[in-house]
Amino acid sequence: MSGMDLLFTWIAAGLTLAIFSFLYRDNPFYKFAEHIYVGSAAAYWFIYLWFFDVKPKLIDAWISNTGFERYILIVPAFLSFLMLLRFIPKVAWLSRWAIAFTVGMGAGLGITGAIQGYIVPQVKAGMLPLWTGQWGNSLNYIILVVSTVTTLVYFFFSKEHKGGLGFLAKVGIMFIMIAFGASFGSTIMARISLLIGRLYFLFHDWLHLV
Amino acid sequence: MRNFWEQLGKIDRRIVYLFVFLGASAPLFLHVVPKFKASPEVVQAYQAIDELPAGSVVLFSIDYDAASMPELQPLLEAMLTHVFRKDLKVLMMGHWPLGLPLGQIALEKMAKRYNKKYGEDYVFLGYRPGLAAVILNMGKEIRTVFNVDYKGTPLDSLPLMRNIHNYNDIALLVGFEAGAVGDYWVQFAQARFQQKIILAATAVVWPDLYPYLQAHQIVGLIGGLRGAADYEVLVNQPGSASTGMASQTVVHILIVVFILLGNLGYYFTRTWRKPT
Repeated sequence: MSGMDLLFTWIAAGLTLAIFSFLYRDNPFYKFAEHIYVGSAAAYWFIYLWFFDVKPKLIDAWISNTGFERYILIVPAFLSFLMLLRFIPKVAWLSRWAIAFTVGMGAGLGITGAIQGYIVPQVKAGMLPLWTGQWGNSLNYIILVVSTVTTLVYFFFSKEHKGGLGFLAKVGIMFIMIAFGASFGSTIMARISLLIGRLYFLFHDWLHLV
Repeated sequence: MRNFWEQLGKIDRRIVYLFVFLGASAPLFLHVVPKFKASPEVVQAYQAIDELPAGSVVLFSIDYDAASMPELQPLLEAMLTHVFRKDLKVLMMGHWPLGLPLGQIALEKMAKRYNKKYGEDYVFLGYRPGLAAVILNMGKEIRTVFNVDYKGTPLDSLPLMRNIHNYNDIALLVGFEAGAVGDYWVQFAQARFQQKIILAATAVVWPDLYPYLQAHQIVGLIGGLRGAADYEVLVNQPGSASTGMASQTVVHILIVVFILLGNLGYYFTRTWRKPT
């Protein structure tokens, strides 16, 4: 391990312990590590966006292009400028034009993406035979179809959930709870993995104990 | 007995943290690596890569950062091991700027191990903002998004990139997901351009991606530390994910015990408090 590696390992270990100290209670070490993270992340984002976006896509493109390809760059540059006007209260409303452009583009992409890439394929995949000739497969398909239909019924609010509709909605909420349980369990697994990762770093990379 | 259950309900959270710390640390010192069989969806992902002919191009998208490193970094290294052993070509990019250096570190480490040459066997494209716009434009021509690599080298000067223009030239895409970018890859790259995709996600994101696997919109799904450990087993290269599985198991058992004790405590104290 080189001298620099050793130094950065010690810094990383110190910052990890500072963050872990919050588990006992809030303290200046935790605050220090938190502020370092926020500051360095913001600076990193800024550098990345400048060197991977603004510089190559706007400044370098303006220098290297000619004709239409050059002058079309005025449009995004102008919209970016409008966005920055948010900092001047008197003309802050102008930033809404840029926001409107972003929202419009996002909505257009989102709607087409959701329909073409999610709703249609998922509905297609949900159209399954309830009997396939094999008990295991058939049971899976039945659970899938019943859970889809009853969950949809739960979110159908045009009629009061009473009688048959109420029963289906109750079945639907049971499936939703099972899904939440699975997500929660999986989230715990993720958080524990992060802890294990940090402990492994402390015991293996820093202290060489394991 | 009553006092015991009441005290249990008031237990200091720091005692719980201490148990979790000990439960996670002890297996690391004991070097216990549990034996487990790779799950079918991970085997499916492994086979999708294994079936590719040598020279095929695999695009890795780094859509995570340091917060998800313990779960996804060992998996990335295991998958790069598999890809380089199979003599496949690698393109790497990402939608999370803070995570790209992690991708670069793993790529350079594995490339060095397998004597791969930059520009011929692998290329690191870097990051461009725009997410959906980036994914869609890559379907037409990669150069409209990445005209240069992360070092600023024009793509056409890199031998590997000369014949790569869009998804038609990419055999498989592997998205490493700690957020919602995987949805965008499926909804735009797969739905519009029929790109074959494997999603490798953190355990938080993983359950939400199962519908894509069930609908055959993706060809494999790898989730969390367990998925990474599965892949390490498949490539026969045990690493930090496999080592962490024993700790994972112990802490899971602890959490189940705590949940049971907490619920029992709640049940008994509630029963005793009921007015007669």
